[in-house]
Amino acid sequence: MSVLLQAEHVSKHFPGAGFGSPGTVALDAVSLGIDSARPAITAVVGESGSGKTTLARVLLGLIAPTSGRVLYHGQDLTTLDSETRRNFRRDVQAIFQDPYEVYNPFYRVDHVLTTPVRKFRLAQSKAAERDLIAIALRSVGLRPEEILGRYPHQLSGGQRQRIMVARAVLMRPKLIVADEPVSMVDASLRATILGSLAKLNQEMGISIIYITHDLATAYQVSHNLLVMYRAAVVEAGDAERIVQAPQHPYTQLLISAIPQADTNRVWLDSNREAAGTAGPAGCRFAPRCPRADATCIAAAPPLLKVAPDRAVACFRYPDGAVLSELAEVLTGHDKAAVEG
Amino acid sequence: MMAPTRREDHATQPQSPSAEVLRVQGLRVAFDHPLGLVRAVDDIAFSLRAGERLGLAGESGSGKSTMALAILRMIKPPGRIDGGRVFFDGQDITDLGIEEMRRLRLAGIAMVPQGSMNSLNPVLRIGEQIADALRDHDVPGAEHAARIAELLPQVGLKPEIARAYPHELSGGMKQRACIAIAICLKPKVIIADEPTSALDVVVQRQVMQTLAEVQRNLGAAVILVGHDMGLMAQFVDRLGVMYAGRLVELAPIADIITRPRHPYTKALISSLPSLERRAPMLGIPGLAPLLRDLPTGCAFHPRCAEVFDRCRGAKPEVRQVADEVWVACHLVEALP
Repeated sequence: MSVLLQAEHVSKHFPGAGFGSPGTVALDAVSLGIDSARPAITAVVGESGSGKTTLARVLLGLIAPTSGRVLYHGQDLTTLDSETRRNFRRDVQAIFQDPYEVYNPFYRVDHVLTTPVRKFRLAQSKAAERDLIAIALRSVGLRPEEILGRYPHQLSGGQRQRIMVARAVLMRPKLIVADEPVSMVDASLRATILGSLAKLNQEMGISIIYITHDLATAYQVSHNLLVMYRAAVVEAGDAERIVQAPQHPYTQLLISAIPQADTNRVWLDSNREAAGTAGPAGCRFAPRCPRADATCIAAAPPLLKVAPDRAVACFRYPDGAVLSELAEVLTGHDKAAVEG
Repeated sequence: MMAPTRREDHATQPQSPSAEVLRVQGLRVAFDHPLGLVRAVDDIAFSLRAGERLGLAGESGSGKSTMALAILRMIKPPGRIDGGRVFFDGQDITDLGIEEMRRLRLAGIAMVPQGSMNSLNPVLRIGEQIADALRDHDVPGAEHAARIAELLPQVGLKPEIARAYPHELSGGMKQRACIAIAICLKPKVIIADEPTSALDVVVQRQVMQTLAEVQRNLGAAVILVGHDMGLMAQFVDRLGVMYAGRLVELAPIADIITRPRHPYTKALISSLPSLERRAPMLGIPGLAPLLRDLPTGCAFHPRCAEVFDRCRGAKPEVRQVADEVWVACHLVEALP
């Protein structure tokens, strides 16, 4: 069985604060398979509140979905026995947004590296442990002698975040879920950290889910793109082609809103967002969509497969077949593998 | 009528020296630190024309926010301004008294603070927070309600928002509320410190559109502090690039984007991910230097791709290298 992690129609509802409060749908019926045999970098892009972090947390087993399930090698994450859970914890690693909060300021940074080595008995001796940690640090472009023995406050945000990548690498995972790993570091360091992730994918065959609000970096490093809007995936497929020719009106809006270092481009006065009406069962994007009509307000479009490597949830592309599983349109996966 | 685009705006701008609204001369800020003096702003000079949009870009720790605070004399101990002069509207404001300076803030030079999301008072309604500012500057209480009702639509908020608490607003709306406070006394200069760094791109563009609109209507000049070269390219008329507390390049934006002269400016621009083509992403090698322990010569030399002997020994002065272009780099020939 080659499907490492399979999300099946996962939805997550957060209850409202009191009686009569409707609560929030953070994730709405997302199906996504991660095939560790064909590793790819898949970026999940969307604005705050689009559900991308909820998707990450569901995939990591940190929160249970309200409906649907997440399978690790075919077994439901919520019912894993202790040994399988241990393997899952090793195979699937997380990198979080804040490189300041994850460290205990009283411990040297070595602590976050030695703990997993000991917990998972990755090394037989102290010397082997040191070597293992040194290799992991070098793989993300850090010099062990400059890092080990230091306290978190003595390192920069970029260094701290790269230590987190190194910690994930130590475990030889099959999948890394990185939730906004570069949003708190300087633009000049972003390239280095994302470069380390790309290298892990290429050289070690680790699949990566890169959660971000920054479409430009997503485009630069990933093979696949999932664009989320209000809890659902609205466009999915090959990253290069989506950015060059976005089809969903939301993706088009998102791309046009990115300020680029090109003074000939019209950016500031190019907003063509509509201020329309929403239908309770209609397309979530209809109120802002410049192309919405009565159909969009009446019903919500499903994800339609409009090309072998593209799915769009929009009535403007009626020719596609309804897509049931996102992996169908992602590179590095073929349908047979997903079904098998 | 359609609003004029930025570039038309720039073309019609008066270029005479009389239109200068702010001038900073040799400004220096130091912080006392147990391990030595930290020079956060080192000998910065520039001028701002009426109605102009000037950007100040650099990495975190480059001194750009400190610079903005220093103009308003809002540096807190252990920091202090230890040199230089600031002229506002032709008047030297360097030695103004505390009370006079307080009157000048907001009325003359207003600030949209960094992380505006957290700079609003959570227990006061938006209207009360604007009224606070008006009261502080002796606007009669009878006028407050009318002024607030007029102000909110200017920043794209409904007048009802005056009765809302900050937690009831989205990030973009809070940012708009902060802009409303900043413009409530029609300042001539608005300093916006990373006003959109916590917002999504779509909301960022809306907020920047609002800022551009109110700026045009007031005829105010804007200093935009930030690190996003894309945003700078799209918003400002001129850009100053800061590194380790110094201004290393100052030029019209089209100039700087198409022909960056300082190697640090080049690196900043190329570290911005493109949407046009995929290429290996380039970072700037090394780390920003510690301000209390700067490298000798040019502070950028350990990270510079074009470093040569002179860079290690001598600190390059800021020199004019072309019309309106100022650069501090040994590689660039000064105008004779």
